[in-house]
Formats: sequence, structure tokens, C-alpha cells
Amino acid sequence: MTTSSRDGVCRPLVWAHTLASLAYIVIVLFAGMLYSLQFLSLFPFPNVEFLSPGRLRMLHTNGAVYGFIINGFAAGLYWAIPRFTGQRVWNEKYVGWFMFGALQAAVLATAVGLLAGYAQGIEWAETPIFVDPFIVVWLIVALFQFGIPIYRYGKSGPMYVAAWYMVAGCVWVPMVYVMGNYIPQFFVPGIAGAAITGTWIHDAVGLFVTPIGWGLMYYFVPILLRKPVWGHSMSLLGFWGLAFFYPLQGVHHFLWSPIPMYAQYAAVISTVVLELAVVTVIVNFVLTLRGQFGQLANDLPLRWIYTGILNYAITCFQCAIQVLLTSQKIIHFTDWVVGHAHLIMFGTFGFWIFGILSYLSPKVKGLEPRSTRAGEWAYWLITIGTILMWFDLLIAGVVQGVSWMSLAPWMESVRVSVPFWAIRTATGTMIIAGMIMYLVHIAESRRAPSAGRAGSA
Amino acid sequence: MSSSSMERFAPIVLVAGLLFFLFGTFWQAVAPWLSLRHLPYKSIDEIAQTVPPTFRMMADDYPDEFKKYFGEPDTAAFARALRIGRGVYVAEACWHCHTQQVRPVSNEELRFGPVSYPSEYANALQLPPLLGTRRVGPDLIREAGVHSSDWHMAHFKNPPAVTPGSVMPSYGWFFDKDGSPGERALAVTAYIQWLGSWIPNHAYELPTRPAAQPEKQ
Repeated sequence: MTTSSRDGVCRPLVWAHTLASLAYIVIVLFAGMLYSLQFLSLFPFPNVEFLSPGRLRMLHTNGAVYGFIINGFAAGLYWAIPRFTGQRVWNEKYVGWFMFGALQAAVLATAVGLLAGYAQGIEWAETPIFVDPFIVVWLIVALFQFGIPIYRYGKSGPMYVAAWYMVAGCVWVPMVYVMGNYIPQFFVPGIAGAAITGTWIHDAVGLFVTPIGWGLMYYFVPILLRKPVWGHSMSLLGFWGLAFFYPLQGVHHFLWSPIPMYAQYAAVISTVVLELAVVTVIVNFVLTLRGQFGQLANDLPLRWIYTGILNYAITCFQCAIQVLLTSQKIIHFTDWVVGHAHLIMFGTFGFWIFGILSYLSPKVKGLEPRSTRAGEWAYWLITIGTILMWFDLLIAGVVQGVSWMSLAPWMESVRVSVPFWAIRTATGTMIIAGMIMYLVHIAESRRAPSAGRAGSA
Repeated sequence: MSSSSMERFAPIVLVAGLLFFLFGTFWQAVAPWLSLRHLPYKSIDEIAQTVPPTFRMMADDYPDEFKKYFGEPDTAAFARALRIGRGVYVAEACWHCHTQQVRPVSNEELRFGPVSYPSEYANALQLPPLLGTRRVGPDLIREAGVHSSDWHMAHFKNPPAVTPGSVMPSYGWFFDKDGSPGERALAVTAYIQWLGSWIPNHAYELPTRPAAQPEKQ
């Protein structure tokens, strides 16, 4: 199946990755919901080994990254790269479909492995040890699949911004994954291993999800707005700032630990400085929107994307505050960090994927994206749910941190958290309801609009 | 570099992709490794040379089950229990709700015990390291002897029955059909009772039952 049209996009591959991404996010959301019920002592399957809340938590996080985000990004890359480079990807018929099948096999093996008790003890890398080699091979093949068209396109001169992020991301991921999954597992124990684990946790977000995500934004935003990105030197600053400062931050996941302080100080300082680069990127995208703010009202994909950008700005600003050693005294180990993680992984990258997929789903069928009532419901339910969850967990984190510091009995910190956990479950319910509406929206937008409802907002 | 060379394939792959990555990784990962490389490293078998009293107490408390799964409470059995127990700790994601790290801030020293230091992590049971990043339940790196093994058994079976209001899940599958401790319950308890047992004069050293201290040392 290589039904590529003249633009070089293999539409069945885009659609297959879209479906896989959506299937996994539904599973991931339900796993998170079940896990949250444990915190209210309402877990419906107590004493069922294969649905233990601890195991579901790992399914929630790993499914989100390896299932939802990688598939969503792959759909975007298979669409964007041929269209702005003018080059086909390395190979669709064999490599493309092999990669698709291999990724789903790896994610399903991870899901089964985690629920069966074969987790690896590294955060965001709980993928069982026997799955890791396959993911490494997959990432290297992906480097060639997406790197070759960018290389051909870049041979003759300067490249477009999206290509910088995409090619750098594809180069970083295999190295980051091998470092995080193998070195602390087999070679470096203890505190030095923790430093490497922290570097992995951070790089998985900063050197994989973030650059691929921004690469896609630099393609999709100008397409949706039908105009170029506002400032070129701003784009340069943003990219090179991210590339330099991001790899320097890993240890900020283990501040006040026995890791040498020079590594902790470097992590804190580079995290704060990175916000300057982030500001250039955000300002660049906001100025690109200037004069077309009204388009957000009717253009659902664009609204998802810009809400994601807003969430990114909030998260990064929050990051510069929470990374300070003083803040860490209170918020480290608390739900504050959980809220932060949800706003970046779901509120930013998840929202970008929702925007891209709601744009691509009709596009791959030759239809134009349109707004539907279900799409509006999906947007508002998920957005309000996510922001409320973030805010709720932020406050919960401060309450927990202060409770621990006060030396009140441990259970006191649990009792005061329960109302916050109840709100979290409620907001999670909103997100799941919104997700169902999103699926309805995707299905509707792929039907040819009937004459009477054409163009309905 | 001129601004146009910063937009070309090779500089992006080589400078941003490789050079910056290696620089950051050196500072954040390789340098701490070099700083700490002289710490004496202990394998599980070396750790197990010191069998803590809690392990022998378990052999007294659950004689049939202990004999069935671990035989005599000797160093070989303790090494095996640590291996299995740590495996359970990872597989059940215990480390996602319990940290193994006492920080020098926020009164943690008063709540849990001595602040963590690098050499206590230089062993095979911290490969990969289990410092953790979230605390729903208390830290466990000073847990040795804070509770009895009996307490742990009852707690694994039904946490809220032991600690009212606890949100920890029940781990019924750690136990045999008749409700007596299974291999996993014994092993993970042995592992948790080991955490911090190397701290002199820590909780586990204080209350010892006479019957639990068999002859030879």
C-alpha cells in the first residue's frame, strides 16, 4: 500500500498512525482514571494482580509516550516532511509499514509486560527490558526514514525551521533512549545512576517530544494561518537555545539528593536560562497569530495548537520557579510535579496532537477540516478539565509539602490530599468525556458535509 | 558561524545533535559518575554477608512458610530474598509512591532519620537506582526495623486495616491461598527491612526480642 499522491504523502500511513494514537490515548486515559480511584479508596478491582494500581500507573505514563505521542507525531511527520521538503520519506511500502507494525507490537508488548510484572525500574522507561532493543532499532530506522528526505532537501542550502527541530530530534532520541535504558540498568549504580536517570527523564521530554513537537508546529501553524512565521532570527534563537540548554538540566529531577552539587547548580541555572529561549519561541508564535486572532473562534485545529502553546508557556514559566532549590524544599515529591507533568505532556503535546489529528483526519480523505458541535464539546471539556487538574494538583502539592515539613503525622498529609484527589478524578472524568466527543468529531469530520450543514461552525 | 550555516543540515546534526548533547550529558551524567567512581561497590552476595536480625525473626515468626521458600535464614537465603524482594518492589511500582532518599531539608532528617549519602547507594540493589520522585507514602530508605515484619504482612494484605485512611493498594497475591505469607511477601518484607539496616543505632538495632537472636554470629 503506497497510495501516495503527487505531494509524496502516504495517506494510509498517516491515517493508520492517527488511529493507533487515538486508540492508545483512550486506554491511557482509562488507566489514569482507574489509578486515581485508588486514591479515593474506590478502586473497582482490588486484589486483582494484573490490574494493580501501581502497574496501571506505568501503563498510563508509558502508553502516553510510546503509544499516543509517538504515533501522533508519526502521523504529523509522514504528512509534513514530504510536503515541505518535496522529498518522499525513505520508504513507505516496506519501512513505513514495518515501522508501524513494530511500534504497535512494542507498545502492546510493553502494556502486557507491565501488567504482568516485568517493569524496568527507571521512570518513563518502565518498558520491559526485553522490549528495549526493539525500540532502539525502531528509533534508528525512524532516524533514516525521516532523516533521509530532510538530508536530500538540506543538501543544497539552508533548511526551513521545522527541519532543524525534526532532524535534531531524530538524532537525539536513539542516543537518549540507549543512555537512559541501559546505562543505569546495567552499568552505573546508585547516585551516579540517578544522575543519568534524571538526564534521561528530562531528555525524553526535552530532546524528543519537545523538538519533534515544535518542528511540527513550525510546519502546521504557518499552513493553518496561510502566512510565514513572524521572525526568522527568533526561530534561530529558540532552536539553538533549546539545543544548548536542554541537555544540561537532567539533575533537576533529583535536587537536594546526594548527586554532586555542581551538577545540581548547572541544572537549576540552565533551566532558568532556558526560559529566555522559550520566550523567543512563544513571542514568535504569538506575533505570527497577530491580526488573525479571530480565526481561533472557528478553526478547531488552530485553537488546539495555540492552547497547547499557551500551556507550554505556562509550564515553562512554572518550571523556572519550581526548579529553584528553595521551591524544591516544599514541592519536590508532591502532586505539584504531577500537575506540571500533565500540563506539559497532555496539555501541550497532547493538545498539539489533537490539533494535528483533527486537521489530518479529513485531509487524508480529501476533505477540508470543519468545526462540529462534538469538536467544540471536546475542546472545552478537555481544556477545562486539564487546566483544573493542573491547578488542583498544584495546590495539593503545596499543601502536602507544608504538611510534611510541619512534622504532622504522615497520614495527615494523606487526609488533606483526599479532597484534591477527588477533584482530580472529577477533572479526569471531564477529560474522558471530552475524548469521547473528540472521537465523534473525528468520525463526523471524515463524512462529506451534507448540503444543508455545509460550513456550519 | 554565519546565520545561514546555522540553518544547514550538517551543523545542526553535528553541533546541536551531537556536540551540545555530549556537553550536557557530560556535565549532568558523566561528571557525577567520575566524581563517585571510587565508592566501594557491593554485589548482592556481598550485601547478604550481614544478615539482619529481622530476617532471622521472620524465620521464627513464619517457620513453615520460611522453610518452604527460603530454607534456613543464612546468607544465601538472604541474597535470594533481596533479589526477589527488590524485583517485586520494581514490578509493583512501589518506588512510584515511596522514595528512598532523605533530603537535608524540610525536617526530613527528623521524620525519617539520617540524611542520605552517596556511598550507601553504591551497590547492586541500586542498579537501577530507586530514589524515586513521588511520595504518596513515607520514604523507605530508613525503614529497617521501624515496623515489625508482622506489621508489614498485615499491611500488605490490607493497608487501611493497619493504617486507617491509607490509600495503598492491597497485595493479596503476595500471599498463599490459605492467607499465609508467600514467597513474595517474605522477600519484599526482607528487602524493606534491609533498607537502612546499615545505619548504626537506627531503629532496628533497638528493640530486639531475645528469642530472635540465635547463637552464632
